[in-house]
This record gives sequence, structure tokens and C-alpha cells, in this order.
Amino acid sequence: MTATITAPPPVAAHRRSQRSRRERAGFGTVLVLVILALFAIGPVVVILFNAFKNNAQIGTNPLAPPTSFSLSNFSQAWTQGEFSTTMRNSAIICLGSVLGTTIISSLAAYALSHLKVPGGGAVLMYLFLGSALPVQMFVVPLFFLWIKLHLTDSLIGLIIIYWATDAPFATLLLRSFLVKIPKDYIEAARLDGASELQIATKVVLPLARPGVVTVALIVALWAWNEFFWAITFIHNPSLRPIATSFLAFQDQYSTNWGLTSAAALFMLGPVVLLFLFLQRRFVAGLTTGGVK
Amino acid sequence: MSGSIVVADRDHAPPGPARAPGARATRWRRGLVGWAFLTPLLAVNLLVVLGPSLATVYYSLTDWSGLGPATFVGLANYRKAFGDPDVREALWHNIIWLVLFLLVPTALGLLGAYLLGRVRKLQMVFRAIYFIPYITASVVNAAVWKMLLSPTSGVAYQLGQLGVPGVGDISFLGDPNLALYSVNFVVDWHFWGFTAVIYFAAMQGVDHDLYDAAEVDGAGSWQQFRAVTLPGIRPTLVFMWLMSIIWTLKAFDYIYIITGGGPGGASDVMATLMYRKAFSEYEAGYAASLGISMTILTALVLVGYQVLRRRGWET
Repeated sequence: MTATITAPPPVAAHRRSQRSRRERAGFGTVLVLVILALFAIGPVVVILFNAFKNNAQIGTNPLAPPTSFSLSNFSQAWTQGEFSTTMRNSAIICLGSVLGTTIISSLAAYALSHLKVPGGGAVLMYLFLGSALPVQMFVVPLFFLWIKLHLTDSLIGLIIIYWATDAPFATLLLRSFLVKIPKDYIEAARLDGASELQIATKVVLPLARPGVVTVALIVALWAWNEFFWAITFIHNPSLRPIATSFLAFQDQYSTNWGLTSAAALFMLGPVVLLFLFLQRRFVAGLTTGGVK
Repeated sequence: MSGSIVVADRDHAPPGPARAPGARATRWRRGLVGWAFLTPLLAVNLLVVLGPSLATVYYSLTDWSGLGPATFVGLANYRKAFGDPDVREALWHNIIWLVLFLLVPTALGLLGAYLLGRVRKLQMVFRAIYFIPYITASVVNAAVWKMLLSPTSGVAYQLGQLGVPGVGDISFLGDPNLALYSVNFVVDWHFWGFTAVIYFAAMQGVDHDLYDAAEVDGAGSWQQFRAVTLPGIRPTLVFMWLMSIIWTLKAFDYIYIITGGGPGGASDVMATLMYRKAFSEYEAGYAASLGISMTILTALVLVGYQVLRRRGWET
């Protein structure tokens, strides 16, 4: 399973291809690239269009661009979908998952890269294999365990599950950054009498900041989009994160495309904007972490 | 901690008598600190993943509704699963799903990746656009595709309105013969851009001299693609196929959201069937045995991959 992390570094994508210098892109190439692009974002564009249209406009042609820009769908969706509540829930879940996963996996990644832990190799192997484990292997007993511990219908209950399911990926990704940090920095800090915890938090992690940021971004994205655990463990509507509450909203107003499209934009907007600004980090993180 | 001890414990310190006497203590202490640092990760994993997984092994051997006591029944659940027509149908759907999921995203991904390598100016823009379906939420993707595939307002309906014959009233999600393929198509759409980006990165690593040599030999674009590009990215291809098999066994979100496994089980796969058994039909013991079976299948795939790697098939 080591191929997970040794999968070709996406950085390579930035290296200019020598071939492209030699060949000029023909019309056919560009045409197919454009068709593929339309296929990829066509559905997202339809959402964008419909969010600004009223039902009469959608009825005549659900796929056409809007002729006038009405914002009423947005205000209606915001209140009827209780987005102030669900966005707050999702923000808490994202923050909790990011903080917890980062702390848990930073400590583990430091131990597995610079502390020569006896049995560390076995732990690494376990993390690789563990990420291939289907959730069906543990969801049923986990559900009934969580009921006993009063962790169903609880944001922290969901957050703990995200810690456990995201930490293996986060640890492996961070470790791949930490192993590149020269031992000299750590030895120097040790000579100065720093404890291992101080070295981890004050020396190593600041040096591995790109890795930490990537992990935080991916964990936040997963927590925001996550569906399976949320629908299984949160049933109280006032605690629902944005994903499952959007599903309920969409079931309720399934014929009102304008309204559901506006609601969809509330969910997509932050992610797509963040992606456009931090594209490289998203791609780098997800192509190494795609094992999930 | 004195300086000399630390120095003696460095990576390249020679073993044996040259080592300072405290080195072993330092090493021991550092290992202990290391395990302390691993504790939060292992504790939370034990609580959420490992512990419940082991419990699944036990519950798969019991008759258990999920709430009451579990009665030990030996391998009865597994025997039942072997004869269960629902399980057979779901497994068959997983196999259809796997074939499509291996073919469609790979074909689109390779095409996209190859063409991305031939442009320079808008390369990053196209790459970003292809990647977007992979980062948008499954609930939203499912909702928009439900609309696009709807027989009363979707793409086919629009084409029908424009006079294209025979497509106007196709119910992609409501027709039992089409539902599974339609949902799979949505997942292929969600996924292919991700594979394109990965294949694109892999193609950048192929040695350019090989292309030059192929060109000297008079190979055209297609021949170069087959003789140089594909062998050059084979490790990545194999790895992505491995992941596709694992993802097929996990396939749940889109099916659950779009069709719920319906109509009439027509798009049920193992994961949705198991979920229903556990949480709607209160057959948690039986569901556990299905979960174990899926894990065993995953394990077999991983073992097969390792064997192929050992034999050098990958490279």
C-alpha cells in the first residue's frame, strides 16, 4: 500500500512538458478539452443559473441562463433551510475535526518520523491498511456503542469519528513532510535542552507548515461534504450539518429547482471559492489522500 | 540530558563499546515518548475503528437486532448470506458497477490527461475545472443530476422538446433497467476528473527521450500513446484500478441519495443492502456478516495486488 504516498507528486504537473513545446495544440485537442470541461462543470453551471430564476423561468427551460437576476430564492432558502443553524453546526464540526485531527496526527507523525519508536513500522502498516477498511466493517457496533455513550445526536460524537477516520491519512501525509526535515534541526534543539513536545510544536511543525495547512484544508473539506457518518449518527434536525440538512431540504422542495439550487450554492460556494484560491494545495492533498 | 549522550545516540553512531553508556537509556526514553505521542491516534482508532471492527466479527456470528442481547448462532448468518437472492443481486450489481467504474473514469481520465499535456496556456484552468466535481459535495451533485436525469425537466426531456425522437420520456432513475447505470454514470462524472489529474501528473514523469525515439521510428500519436505513455504510467494505472475496486466495494453515498437502492432493489449494492439490513430491518447480526464478507473481499484484492507487485507486474 505504500503506493498511496509514493503516488506521483502532483508538483510534477507544474513542470512544463517538453512535448507541448514541440507540438502545437490543434483545434481538435482544444475542442475535446472544452467538451470535457463543459461536461465537468455543466451541472454546477445549471445550479448557478437556476438559483437566480423563478419557477416560471425554470418551467420553460430549466437549463437556460437566467434572463433576470432575482435573489429571492436565496433569502427564502436561507430561512426555510435554516442555514444559519446548519452552517454553524458544520463550522463547529469542521473546526473540531481540523483541530483534533491536526493535533493527533502531528504528534503521531513526529513520533513516526523522528523518534525511532520500536514497532513504528507496524503502526505505519496498520495506518495504510486501516484506510482501505470499508466502513461497513465497523459502522454497526460503533452505532450501538455511540448510543450507549450518548454520542449519537451530538456534534462531538461525530467529530470524534472524523478524528479516527481522517487521522491515518493526515498522519501519513504529515509524515511525508516531516521526514524531509533535516535531523540537525532536531539535534540542535535537543542540545538546547528542549523537550520532545517542544521540538515537535516549536521546531518541526512550523517547518512543515505547508503539510499542516494541506491536512487542515482536506480535513475541513471532508468534514463539510461528509454524508455517511452524518446521516447515520445525527437525526436531530437542529444538530444536522449542512450536508444532511441540504438533503432533507431538497427532499422537501424537490420540485422547486430554484430554491434547491440556491441552497446548493450555500453549500458549494465556500468550497469552490477556497478551491480557486488554493488549487494547488487541494490537488496535492487529495491526490495523495485519495485513498479514502 | 547531557550533550555527549545525545551525540552518541545519533543515527550514524557506531554500535558497540564506542557508544556512550547512557545511549541505551536515551533511546529507551525516546521510544517511550514516541509511544506517548502515538497514544491519541491509537486510542481514538481503537475506540472508533478497531474495537467496533472486532465486535463486528463477533456479532456476525450472532442473531442480534442491534438493541437486545445477541444470541450466538455460529456461521448461520454466512450460510444465509450465501443463499440470499438479495445478496446475490447486490453482488452482481457491484460487479457491473466495478466494470463500468474501471472503464469509464479511466477512459475519460486518460483522454483528459493526454490532451492536457498537449496544451500550455490554459492547462491549469482545464485541470482546475476537471477537478471541481471531485470537491463538490455528494448531496449537491446527486441533487443536480436528479434534475438533469428527470423525465419531466432534464436533458433528455429538453432534447425531446427539440424534436429528438425517443428520448423525451426516458426515466433514467425510475426505470429498473437503467437506474444502476444512471447512478454509476453520476459517480463516473464525479470521479473522472480526479483520475485525469493523477494520470496527467504521472504522464509528466514519462521519459521524453522515449517519445523522441518512437517518433524517429515513425510512430504516430496513437502508437506513441500505446507504446510509450501507457507503459510509462503503468504503476499509477494499476494503483488506480486497485483503488477503484476498493471504492466499488464502498460505493454507497450516491446510490443511497439518488435511488436508495431502488426501484425495487434494482440499484442495490452490498453497502446499501447492508445499511438497510442494519438500520431499517434490525438485522444487525446479519448485516455484520455482510460487512465482514466485504472486508474479506477487500483483503483478497489487496493481497492480489501485493502478489502482482512482488512479481514485478506493476513496473
